[in-house]
Amino acid sequence: MSEAAVAGGTRLARRRRFPILRRLLRHGSFRIGLVLVLVLVIAALCAPLITNVDPTAMRIRFRFRPPSQDFLFGTDMFGRSVFARVLYGARLSLWIGLAVALLSGAVGAMIGVLSAQWRRLDGLMMRLMDALAAFPAIVLAIGLGAALGPASGSLIIALTMAYVPRTARVLRASALVIRELDYVEAARVSGAGSLRIVLRHLLPNCMSPLLVQMTFVFAYAILAEAALSFIGIGPPPPAPSWGNIVAEGRDYAVEAWWIMLFPGIAISLAALGMNLLGDGLRDVLDPRMKIET
Amino acid sequence: MRELRRLSLRFLNAVPVILLVAVLTFFLMHLLPGDPAVVIAGQDASPQAVARIRTQLGLDRPLPEQLLVWLANLARGNFGTSLALNQSVLAAVLDRLPVTLSLAAISLAITVPLGIGAGVIAGYKRNTWIDQSVMVIALLGVSLPGFWIAILSVILFSVQLKWLPSGGYVPLAQGAWPWFASLIQPAVVLALFQIGFLARMTRSAMLDVLDQDFIRAARARGVSEWSAVIKHAFRNTLIPVVTAAGIILSLLIGGSVIVEQVFALPGIGRLIVQAILARDYPLVQGTMLLLGFAFVAINLLLDIVYLLVDPRVRYE
Repeated sequence: MSEAAVAGGTRLARRRRFPILRRLLRHGSFRIGLVLVLVLVIAALCAPLITNVDPTAMRIRFRFRPPSQDFLFGTDMFGRSVFARVLYGARLSLWIGLAVALLSGAVGAMIGVLSAQWRRLDGLMMRLMDALAAFPAIVLAIGLGAALGPASGSLIIALTMAYVPRTARVLRASALVIRELDYVEAARVSGAGSLRIVLRHLLPNCMSPLLVQMTFVFAYAILAEAALSFIGIGPPPPAPSWGNIVAEGRDYAVEAWWIMLFPGIAISLAALGMNLLGDGLRDVLDPRMKIET
Repeated sequence: MRELRRLSLRFLNAVPVILLVAVLTFFLMHLLPGDPAVVIAGQDASPQAVARIRTQLGLDRPLPEQLLVWLANLARGNFGTSLALNQSVLAAVLDRLPVTLSLAAISLAITVPLGIGAGVIAGYKRNTWIDQSVMVIALLGVSLPGFWIAILSVILFSVQLKWLPSGGYVPLAQGAWPWFASLIQPAVVLALFQIGFLARMTRSAMLDVLDQDFIRAARARGVSEWSAVIKHAFRNTLIPVVTAAGIILSLLIGGSVIVEQVFALPGIGRLIVQAILARDYPLVQGTMLLLGFAFVAINLLLDIVYLLVDPRVRYE
């Protein structure tokens, strides 16, 4: 066999290997979203390499310096570098978004799929989800966040509780369709137990809507974290999060607009990136799914 | 007959939900780390003050008894008493209700025509520059943080141009225009997210409907384009959109908590936030409970409307 033929063969094999990934990478908004999110994640992870300025170091001499070569995003009322604060704030804000997306995805998937399989559980579980969803997400998160105290951990729990009902409902709806399909019926007839059906058939086949849902929850959680930190329920200062930098800069918004402008842009880009990723995932994985998030 | 059964079933389903909402808000106070009485009274309160709050809130009694007292009070329409305001929770919420309702009404009046209109046009002109620009704007609407846009908007319209007040609420009794001027800026900021959400939803519903055979059949029959799009497609598009009305109202009230904070509007959202900052937990608890009840009622009402409007749901 000639070398060219071998190379052609591997190229063919590679093309077959990740068909979904390839379609995703061809999707315009997915690509833009991926670049945005990757840039922000890398910036957050490499914060100490990008700047050697301590985001909490106060230098009263350098208060309220507008953006310049020395102070990329300017300085705040304590002379702290806004650039360093936004960069380190990315760590906290993105971490909270990720944690809420993963946790609410895991809990929501479990509740959704289990109530689709065990019908006796369904009534109680769905009423519980109705009750949680009766509170507007932000209000529930505010109440829980206030009760648990101002810390990133309590914010993660509060936002997770707020977003579990949606995920659970979406997953339950998908699982209810899948459990009526012939191959699941075949598995059931050939003696597969409920647990096996849940783990081998329902969960893996609900991955597409789950992934789409989690991406949108990530975007919501970033916005909600920022909003809650802004009104003072969230990780307390001086540790920077995008929301509390905007909150601190609010009183100086006219004279020192840069303090609140840059973290706001960061929040917008992060939410935009996740929404674009979500749109791409939905179009490719599940074209018939509605934007019901 | 069948409708009656479905309606009564729907009402029956709401009963456990209401009960669960009440129980969930009850446990909210007991999530407080440590002794709730100490947390509420403050770290450096005297033991007497702590003891007074403990008996006042019934925290000295066993948990099941507290829960029963809580539920019994609710049944009698007693939603608790605020510690800081010297007012019942119900009275405090009713005092602030007009502000939040005014804000929500103006915001909704902007959201519905713009959101649905943009979604229908984008869906109809699918994959043209019109569709793409509408969708980019809608995407920005659901991605930009409202409180940040609010601050930028105040800088532009209140500080620089001096067109609108930067905050505060003027009751309707003092004139329609001052009332409207005090609310239009927060209402627009609040509407941005909902417009984006609604436009994205309407567009995808519109695409679904336009692809269906009955639209092709209508066009083949020679129905005018206007009639095909508006009478046939648009009316069917509304069905999934109406289903999302509850979500949109919920987003609206959630968003108003933040917007009221930026524009210093004395509404329910500001009430909750101030209650939290003052550690007035009975007020937090009671306000959340009332909001939860309101949304159970709203969703019930929407389901009934839905049942009456869409014949396909009736005969499912």
